[in-house]
Order: sequence, then C-alpha cells, then structure tokens
Amino acid sequence: MGALLRFLFYGVIVRLVVLFVLGLNVRHRERLPSKGPAILAANHNSHLDAMALISLLPLRLLPRVRPVAAADYFLRNKLLAWFALNVVGIVPLNRQRQHVHDDLLAPVAAALERGDILVFFPEGSRGAPEQLAEFKSGLARVAERRPDVPVIPVYTYGLGKALPKGEWMIVPFFVDIFVGEALRFDGDRAAYMARYRDAMAALAAEEKHADWS
Amino acid sequence: MNALHLWIPPNVLWVLGAIVAVLAVATGIVAVMQRGDSTGKHAELAARVKSWWVLVAIFAIAISFRRGIAIAFFALLSFLALKEYLSLIPTRRADRRVLFWAYLCVPLQYWWVWKQWYHMFLIFIPVWAFLFIAMRMVLRGETKDFLRAAGTIHWGLMTMVFGLSHLAYLLVLPDGSNVPAHGAALLLFVVLLTELNDVLQYVWGRTLGRHKVIESVSPKKTVEGLVGGALSTTAVTVAIAPLLTPLTFTDSIAVGLMIGFGGFIGDVTISAVKRDIGVKDSGALIPGHGGILDRIDSLLFTAPLFFHFMKYFYF
Repeated sequence: MGALLRFLFYGVIVRLVVLFVLGLNVRHRERLPSKGPAILAANHNSHLDAMALISLLPLRLLPRVRPVAAADYFLRNKLLAWFALNVVGIVPLNRQRQHVHDDLLAPVAAALERGDILVFFPEGSRGAPEQLAEFKSGLARVAERRPDVPVIPVYTYGLGKALPKGEWMIVPFFVDIFVGEALRFDGDRAAYMARYRDAMAALAAEEKHADWS
Repeated sequence: MNALHLWIPPNVLWVLGAIVAVLAVATGIVAVMQRGDSTGKHAELAARVKSWWVLVAIFAIAISFRRGIAIAFFALLSFLALKEYLSLIPTRRADRRVLFWAYLCVPLQYWWVWKQWYHMFLIFIPVWAFLFIAMRMVLRGETKDFLRAAGTIHWGLMTMVFGLSHLAYLLVLPDGSNVPAHGAALLLFVVLLTELNDVLQYVWGRTLGRHKVIESVSPKKTVEGLVGGALSTTAVTVAIAPLLTPLTFTDSIAVGLMIGFGGFIGDVTISAVKRDIGVKDSGALIPGHGGILDRIDSLLFTAPLFFHFMKYFYF
C-alpha cells in the first residue's frame, strides 16, 4: 500500500508538476548515481527540492531513494508523519540532541547500510528563499562514517522562487539543476566541507542567474 | 482521411507532407556533410535538424485533429514561453503572487479565442490585465523597482500571451465570413514562412554575409542575410499563397516582405532582451536551438502583423 502510494506520488503527481509547472534544465545529468548507497547533497530552499531531485532518478530506483528530513518538523502531527514516512518516504533526523550520548546520524547510517540513495540538505533548513545558508558539518560526519559512499553535490536554482518557505501556492518557474562530481572523504572534516562549499560555488557559477530580492 | 477525423483540409495536409520531404532532404545533406568530417563542427547543425523533426511532428499533431486541441496547444505554448521569460528576467520577491495572476491570463486569453469573443481578445491583456496587475502590485506596497517590475511583467504578457494568441485566433478568423479560407491553412502559412525565413536568413548570412546590420545586439546578423532571406521568403510566400490563403498577388508580396523583415525584428528583439539579462540562450529545452523563446522569437512579431493584415483586408 505504502509502496503503491509512493509510486503514484513520485511517479505521477511529482513528475507532472515537475514537467508542466516547473520544468527542469539539468546540467551533467550523467553524474547522478545509478545505484545506492549514495548521497545527493543539495542546497535547500523549498519543500520542492527533494521532490525535484528524486524525479531526476529513474523510477526503478524509487524504492531505494529517500530524503533525509527533520523529525521535529515532519513528525509534528500524526497525519503529516504518516504522509512523510509512507508517501514521501523520509529518513527522519533529529536536529537537537536529547541526551549527550544520542547518535543523531544513526538513521542516516542505517539507511546507507541498506544501500539507499539519500537526498541530504547540509544547510539543515530551507532558510531565506534563494539564499545559501551555512553548510553544517553533519555531511562531513556522515562521510567520515562511510567514506566509501559517494557524495554528489547538487546545486538547484528556482525552486525557492516557485515555493519558498512560508508559502503554500506554487508559482511556475523554470528550475536549473547542476550536478557536481562525487566527493570522497579524505580524513579531515573541515577540509571536506571546504571542498563541498567550493564545489557548490563552482556549480552555482556555471550560469548567471537573475537576482531575487 | 475521413477515418482519422482530421480537422484540416487536404491543402494543409499536402503542405505538411512537403515540409516532411524538405526535412528529409535536409537530413540527407547534413548526413553527407558529417560523413567526411571527424571534427564534429556540424554536430549543432545535426542537432538542430533533428529537433526540427520533433517540432514539426508536435505542430502537425497539434493542429490536425480538432480546433480545440490546436487552441489548447497554443495556450500551452504561451504558458511555456511566459514561464521561460519570467524565469529569465529579474523578478521581485514581492511579486511572486502577482506572477500567479499573470499566468492566469493565459487560459483566459485563449478562452476568448475559443469563444471567438474578438473584442475581449483584443483588449483583455492591453487593458484589463494591464490595470489589474498594476493594482495587485501596488496593493502589495513594495515601491522599490516598481516601474521596472510592472513594465517587464506587462511586456511578457503582451508578447508571450497577447502576441502569440494571434496564431490561435487565425484558426477561428474565417468563421462566419464568405472568404474561402481555412483557419489551419492561415496558421500554417504564417508559421511556416516565419520559420523558413529564420532558416533562409541564417543560410544567406552564413554564405554571403559581409556587412553587420545591428552588431551591438546580434553580431552575427548581416545585411546580406537580412535582405537575401527576406527576398527569398517573399518569393516562397508568393508561390504558396494561392495554395493556403485568399491573398492576391500584390498582397502576397507585401505579406512576404512583412514576414521577412518582421521576423528579423522579432529575432533581434529577443536577442536584445537576452543580452540585457546576460544569457546566450533562453533555455535548453530544444537541443541545437536553445529555449522556446529562441525558437518563437520571430513569431512574436510576425503573428500579430499577419493577423491584422488579414483581418483588415480580408475578414
């Protein structure tokens, strides 16, 4: 039942919205992973981010593809939790420790262990529309635990215009998606995050985009 | 033909067949050009010809079956063009919902076409949408860059919605008149000649082009390309006008020149917009061509020009 709903959601509804309401220009599509485990590490501006990224992967991978999302936000009531867990298929992540020994990244590690392709937002929150917030080091911590898993930086532009934080109405905009080369962990978290930041900046600079303020 | 329930008359079908034949010849020529060449310099040309096959197929399917389907197709085209334009230009965050209203103009404008409400078709965007969008914007209260935002949004509606919808109105133009003409034939006529003019101007410019015509906007456009293209387009116009339109011989010369030079102005106008924004192509939807605006730029001028010429002198 859950799998069928998920297939209808991503295979039909999301794809129709992406095709007609949005419209994606994807650069370097060939850099997307063809199997798990893998991580797509993208900038975060909109609820549409994860949907648009998941629509780029073939449907046969859908059972393996899951966005990592904030447990405090998406599990805040029963209905939303059901939708988030069964239809969207999130890997819930707690953003705050309840206890000093809590392992916040355990669900992410478990999903990678299962061979999932995860959509990960290192900024941790959508923030101000079409503006990059600080990338948090959670990404480097995941990479440190699983240095064998490729992390693919993905830069998106336009989704925060189509559906920014605090809005419910989607306004059509074309979306540009730039897929980067996979990053490998080299033993140093700070250096790893610096390389991720540089990769994202390089992707963002591939095309000139109009200001949005 | 009756079994397929086609809406278009035989002459339109014949011209569509001729276009396919020309495309087949072009594909053959490009294949020969590519054979002895390993540098890949004809790759873009090959991609372009390949995309033409897809564009011709979509266009033929869109216009062949029902008038309603054809009108809906042009509504979709307007929507995609407007989306490309609004994604390209700088817009203000404050105007996000205003843009939603701008998009809503697309189904309404094409509804007037379907209903053949000519008066509303003419004034809806220039009067009602113009006033409403300004009102919606001013009630939002953001005055910074107000004029620029109001101007660019309205410019988009005038070209991508109002301008393009003239193509759809050609489909219903002959209704209730005793002039022997078919809407689909008029539509095919102006679209075919406009696109052909683009190709001819390109070919003339590439082979004989010496003198720049408007270098600051479009450095590759030449006087030879413009004049050679416009004159050869006029020759083709005169040749096929009797097949598709009620145009007299002299009028067909006038229409040929109008499409030849009007198409050029449409092309360089969109070039100016892209140059102002700082992009080369408006998108990447059509391989070898760029975005939708790169393909329909000339039609933004030729469609209203041809429509009002026909409306004034014939219908």
